[in-house]
Amino acid sequence: MIPELGQFALVLALLLAIAQGVLPIVGAWRGNAALMAVARPAAAGQGVFVFASMAILIYAFLSFDFSVAYVADNSNLALPWYYRVTAVWGAHEGSMLLWVTILNVWSVALAALSRHLPQPFVARVLGVLGLIGVGFIAFILFTSNPFMRELPMPVDGGDLNPVLQDPGMTFHPPVLYMGYVGFSVAFAFSIAALLGGEMEQAWVRWARPWTNVAWAFLTLGIVAGSWWAYAELGWGGWWFWDPVENASFMPWLVGVALIHAQAVTEKRGSLPAWTVLLSLFAFSLSLLGTFLVRSGVLTSVHAFASDPRRGLYILGFLVIVIGGSLLLYAIRAPKVATGKPFAPLSRETGIMIANLLFTTAAAMVLLGTLFPLIGDALNLGRVSVGPPYFGFLFVLLMAPAVLLLPFGPYLRWGHAEGRQLTSMALRASVAAVICAIVAAFFVRGHLRAIAGVAGAVWVGAGTLAYVIKRWREMPRGRRYPAEMAGMLVAHAGVAIFLIGVMLSESLSIERDVRLAPGTSASIGGYDFRFDGVAETEGPNWRADEGTVTILRDGAPVGTMHPQKRTYSRGQVQTESAIDAGLFRDIYVALGEPMDANDVQGAWALRLYHKPFVRWIWLGGLFMMAGGFFAAAERRFRAKKAAAAVATGTEPKASLA
Amino acid sequence: MNPSRKRRLAIVISVLVAAVVAVGLIVFALQRNMSYLFTPSQVQEGQATQYPTFRLGGMVKSGSIQRTSDTLKVSFIVVDDAGAMPVEYTGILPDLFRDNQSVIATGRMDSGRFIASEVLAKHDENYMPKELKDAMAKAHENRKIEDKATQDAGK
Repeated sequence: MIPELGQFALVLALLLAIAQGVLPIVGAWRGNAALMAVARPAAAGQGVFVFASMAILIYAFLSFDFSVAYVADNSNLALPWYYRVTAVWGAHEGSMLLWVTILNVWSVALAALSRHLPQPFVARVLGVLGLIGVGFIAFILFTSNPFMRELPMPVDGGDLNPVLQDPGMTFHPPVLYMGYVGFSVAFAFSIAALLGGEMEQAWVRWARPWTNVAWAFLTLGIVAGSWWAYAELGWGGWWFWDPVENASFMPWLVGVALIHAQAVTEKRGSLPAWTVLLSLFAFSLSLLGTFLVRSGVLTSVHAFASDPRRGLYILGFLVIVIGGSLLLYAIRAPKVATGKPFAPLSRETGIMIANLLFTTAAAMVLLGTLFPLIGDALNLGRVSVGPPYFGFLFVLLMAPAVLLLPFGPYLRWGHAEGRQLTSMALRASVAAVICAIVAAFFVRGHLRAIAGVAGAVWVGAGTLAYVIKRWREMPRGRRYPAEMAGMLVAHAGVAIFLIGVMLSESLSIERDVRLAPGTSASIGGYDFRFDGVAETEGPNWRADEGTVTILRDGAPVGTMHPQKRTYSRGQVQTESAIDAGLFRDIYVALGEPMDANDVQGAWALRLYHKPFVRWIWLGGLFMMAGGFFAAAERRFRAKKAAAAVATGTEPKASLA
Repeated sequence: MNPSRKRRLAIVISVLVAAVVAVGLIVFALQRNMSYLFTPSQVQEGQATQYPTFRLGGMVKSGSIQRTSDTLKVSFIVVDDAGAMPVEYTGILPDLFRDNQSVIATGRMDSGRFIASEVLAKHDENYMPKELKDAMAKAHENRKIEDKATQDAGK
């Protein structure tokens, strides 16, 4: 009975979403305040029913309701409760419900925090979000119902994919979706602005904090996913250019471009049409990503089994959203959007160049990800492009972005002077060259590592120089407004990230070795002594657990316990052991026994020494923090009256 | 030409140049990194001869996995419905690698054997990668047509 309530709640949510999607937009068009006033209650109601439905699905998992096919497929009696909660989004149906749930988190937040915005605008924004909700809830109800019953009820369920039975999994999908779905808010703002024809700057100011928060969540989600892949997949890699990673990375890249373009449009009134276009792209790529990997069109470790009906629905939905929004853009944008011109040497130009680099990178990733489909269509055979394609082009595109980055804060809006730029460039490049020369002695002449240090110091020193300049020149209290602090922190994150990537990629040592108990292997200055394997057990698995003692110069520095787990359904899963450190990770994974009948004998082991690998995620966390800081800018929170005054005193008065 | 037109022309030209360079680089990168998937029977028909490295997809033949006891070298046979290809790999195989599992190996041919540098097994045992499924269906289809052709020729 209870699962039917969940489905019923979804049906009610669908009806409310239709009301939320249609009435306020009609109201805003006709100037009917009563219809516009429907937006907030409808959004709240949709939220209540979607949350209820999600809660019921979680309850079904917690109470072992195996009469629900989705629960039976993805959990069993032995699964601990926390993994039963994460199993909710462990497969297609539940992850779609999670998507809708998070969409409603955003809508409800927007409904609650938009009191200071003009009513027609809010009505349109919530209306667009309502329409997106209609698309997704209908998709769940008609093609991917998580509440479908399975009778007779099985005694015990299947199992959650062992790869997903990891603490990282409790965290990664909801956060990633917060980012993905968050771009729907930026999208809704842009559509509302296009519909309203009021392409003044004000709407960008309202959209900025939301976009920054969404982007920060997306950053955190990608970082968590990368860390999870590193810790859980047992390959020691942190990025594979897998279709699903690309799916989250494309909106991220466009998101980087978008948050910078929004700053230009908000502060200077330049590039408004481009900003709108980017927010359409960012959300379209989020949608494409969600659907591509979930529909199983592309082969990926994340792809779930496919169903042709779903594919068709998805295609239709994508065509309507992307096609419809671009059509609206084509009709409305030229009429209203005339950007303010700027000099060739100005911050606007710098941001525009960076924007082009990031969008090109996103297009490049899109091409590589969709290439198997293109190859299929052109009859090239079953073809895919490997990681080297992405690696080569991405580095090529990002190198100029890294070179330009420290100039950003020094470039003045509108028209910049060259003098300060050259003095900064001189200092930062001297610092970069000195550090690169010092680093060269430590990294045994690895060119990529040296280039990485030079690039990171270039970015870091340039950013630091600006921090010092502000400190000297500005009075206390006005030195680092939240928006600027966010920018500086995120840029520092780029430097940290560069160190992590370039050093760990070029200096990592990876070896697959055969070790008998008592023997040892040595990499990266550490000796790994294999002390044999013992059996151990968990709630729903048993495992061979190895003991590996790490020695440095004969003195033990740690003991590691990699496992080879066998879950209750017979799936085998490697649990690697990681000794984490700020400057290096030691990573040990068990392969297989050399002789399957002699588990106590020699094993194949995979050993890694990865210098600075943590810095990759640390850099990502800095970027995320930058996004949140920038969103906290006081200017964005100004109330209606204050906002009007502030706009009037800005250098470029939008109301003029 | 007045200055603003001149500037516009300069912008258009630089955008065009950038686009040409970008397209050129992308085509270059694509060409070098395209990787084709073949099944054992397609390889035996000689479809893969022109590619130095390619991906081999199929099922691990039951009972064909052989390890050496003192190195990490493993050999096994990958089969589809009509062909079989011995594969050699040195290193640790993925968790789900076992008999009758669908795998995709990347590598090159060397005197009738496939030397793999990477072996992937998909993480869900009920799930066959779509491109592999298609490739095997296609190999199957070709064979049927050929069988039919030989039958027709025999008549």
